[in-house]
Amino acid sequence: MYHQHPKDAQQIGKMKEVEEQLLKEKGTKTLSGAEAVVKSLLVEDVDLMFGYPGGAIMPVYDALYDFEEELRHVLTRHEQGAIHAAQGYARATGKVGVCLATSGPGATNLLTGIADAQIDSTPLVCITGQVHSHLLGTDAFQETDVVGISMPVTKWNIQVTKAADIPWAIARAFYVAKSGRPGPVLVDITKDAQFGELEFNYKKCESIRSYVAQPKVNPHRVLEAAELINRARKPLVLFGQGVLLADAKEQFKSFIEKGDLPAAWTIMGLSALETEHELNVGMLGMHGNYAPNKLTNECDVLIAVGMRFDDRVTGDLSRYAKQAKVIHLELDPAEVDKNVKTDVAIIGDCKLSLKLLTDAINSNEHSQWKKEFEKLKIEEFNQVINEELFPSEDEPMSMGEVVNLMSEATKGEAILVTDVGQHQMVAQRYYQFKKYRSNITSGGLGTMGFALPAALGAKMGMPHREVVAVIGDGGFQMTIQELGTLFQTQAKIKILVLNNEFLGMVRQWQDLFFDKRYASTEMVNPDFQTIAKGYHLETKKVNKREDLKQAMKDFVAHDGSYLLEVMVGKENNVFPMIPTGASVSDIRLK
Amino acid sequence: MKREFTISVFTEDRIGLLNRVSIIFTRRHINIESITASESEVPNVHRYTIVICEHQDLVEKVVKQLNKQVEILRSFLHVNDEVVYQELALYKVPTHVLAEGGEAETVVRNHNARVLSVAPEYTIIEKTGHKEETQQLFEVLEPYGILEFVRSGRVAISKPMKEFKEYLSEIEVASAH
Repeated sequence: MYHQHPKDAQQIGKMKEVEEQLLKEKGTKTLSGAEAVVKSLLVEDVDLMFGYPGGAIMPVYDALYDFEEELRHVLTRHEQGAIHAAQGYARATGKVGVCLATSGPGATNLLTGIADAQIDSTPLVCITGQVHSHLLGTDAFQETDVVGISMPVTKWNIQVTKAADIPWAIARAFYVAKSGRPGPVLVDITKDAQFGELEFNYKKCESIRSYVAQPKVNPHRVLEAAELINRARKPLVLFGQGVLLADAKEQFKSFIEKGDLPAAWTIMGLSALETEHELNVGMLGMHGNYAPNKLTNECDVLIAVGMRFDDRVTGDLSRYAKQAKVIHLELDPAEVDKNVKTDVAIIGDCKLSLKLLTDAINSNEHSQWKKEFEKLKIEEFNQVINEELFPSEDEPMSMGEVVNLMSEATKGEAILVTDVGQHQMVAQRYYQFKKYRSNITSGGLGTMGFALPAALGAKMGMPHREVVAVIGDGGFQMTIQELGTLFQTQAKIKILVLNNEFLGMVRQWQDLFFDKRYASTEMVNPDFQTIAKGYHLETKKVNKREDLKQAMKDFVAHDGSYLLEVMVGKENNVFPMIPTGASVSDIRLK
Repeated sequence: MKREFTISVFTEDRIGLLNRVSIIFTRRHINIESITASESEVPNVHRYTIVICEHQDLVEKVVKQLNKQVEILRSFLHVNDEVVYQELALYKVPTHVLAEGGEAETVVRNHNARVLSVAPEYTIIEKTGHKEETQQLFEVLEPYGILEFVRSGRVAISKPMKEFKEYLSEIEVASAH
């Protein structure tokens, strides 16, 4: 059980008194650097953070001890767990995720999560302890140049060696992390800066002269785009996480509805539009739906909203939408013309540009064009989906049928957190999202081990939502130690492990492209049931199809965390598929 | 086709920024031909002059990535005829070569080089110019025995009349938006 530390209310009260006294006398308060870290976080409205203590960050942990109620710290079992939890929290809430780690290995263990947050534009503030400033560069115990190492994977980072710079650095960190295209920021604080004293006077950062967070939307570009859209007979919208990051749910829906524009999603944009919306034509890319991939090479105007034409979405660029005029609504100017040349780029926040564009386009109707999506959808259903969701009795259980049952049992209202691999593709293809901002996955970096801690962070950020983590047997073991965090926090998440005793996605590639030479992809797994029991987790394993329905009901109905392990077909492949180097229109159904 | 470009990067004065700039090139496997960092005419604003030889579309993407960095104020991309640029080279040659008169002295004169320092054993010659010019002098001096040679990175000033201060005030307005 999780026991909160008994508060010495008197002591806290006294501390606050002293501070108020100081404030009266000097207009500012003298604090230690470590206390300033905590105070700064409180001013930034942080009430939950994830981390792991160690030598170089101990002063900050000591300062946290007095603020356990205002600023809850979740002790994970590994720093990678802490940062993925902070990512899950940030993605579920839209707020900045915060994590704390010590120097050296503590800091380097954050790096995978930082790289993940950078490529998936997740706002994070990571605070790391560093050795005493006089030891910098001496190969001191647990010294590592984390500012140097993290530079390519942070939006901004800084080392603080003086207590007086702490509030400034943290204020700037929050502003950079959250504004513009969000991303991870790292603040490395030497131990002497944590011990040093400062006059605490916090000023929130509202702008940085060298950084344009919100480029102004150019109205001329909006009119040019509107003209192309109005003339289009076969328009196709591609939407990415930009819609969610700009919180432009309504603006996006109005736009596609007014123009009657079929819209397809990247996995980062998933859940910005409900699955059942009549204009939602499905998933783009390598394991996406047949229709939007095929018709990317037939549309006449391609309208990309808040997405970055990742190679997993585009396939071979030299054969990607060459026939189409391309419109790109994008906040980050560096994304424009990076992979796909645009005819009209509308740079700026898509919440605004979508509104302006919606006002500028005509109401339209594209029923003939929409029928083409319908036709291909039926073809995909007959050749792929039907068999995946409803396999015949003699077939082993498929990931699709499990996800489909889970989607029904949760009424499409859960936050779906997925790891990386086959189960990720299947879960995102078949979960019927009804609620906005409900898909959390490692998209760009493809980080196995992401889901369990991210689900924990998501649940702690959105305690009233049901959170289901879908994980493969490989990824589960990459951060399985976070079951300990789950137990200690008593957070209520549902873990669905789809166990095929293989690293399924790699095995699929070996099957298709390496003559079935299954090099190091077969997993000899431990008994997950026993492991779960060790963490006092409710658990169930399903080997037979006839037990699946009831097990799924129990899984969803249970009030508390629950591990449901389902043994699925060992050598099932995910289709459709665009092989690497092929064009989107060469998507294979088998 | 690859060609030579000069990129001028104006930045805040912050530790580590040079690293942030250089990794944008190394990540894309671009070799930096030369890099020079100095102050600019604006207090607290530093400028880097970077020379690379690359395809134009790749260079344009790199400049966008540079501009994206939080503490970079602005980067400018120039082809060679849009800038006035210069490099400096120093040559250390044995003094007796020059003292004996004859050709070596003529070489120094003809190349508009100058003698910076003379010691009994060696003489330091300085030559400013484009890389081809400093290289030419190197090749001419080589037969006499060059004891040491060094060439600086390029410094470049753009030809258009718009001052960086004007850009800076535009950026300041945009960043406060």
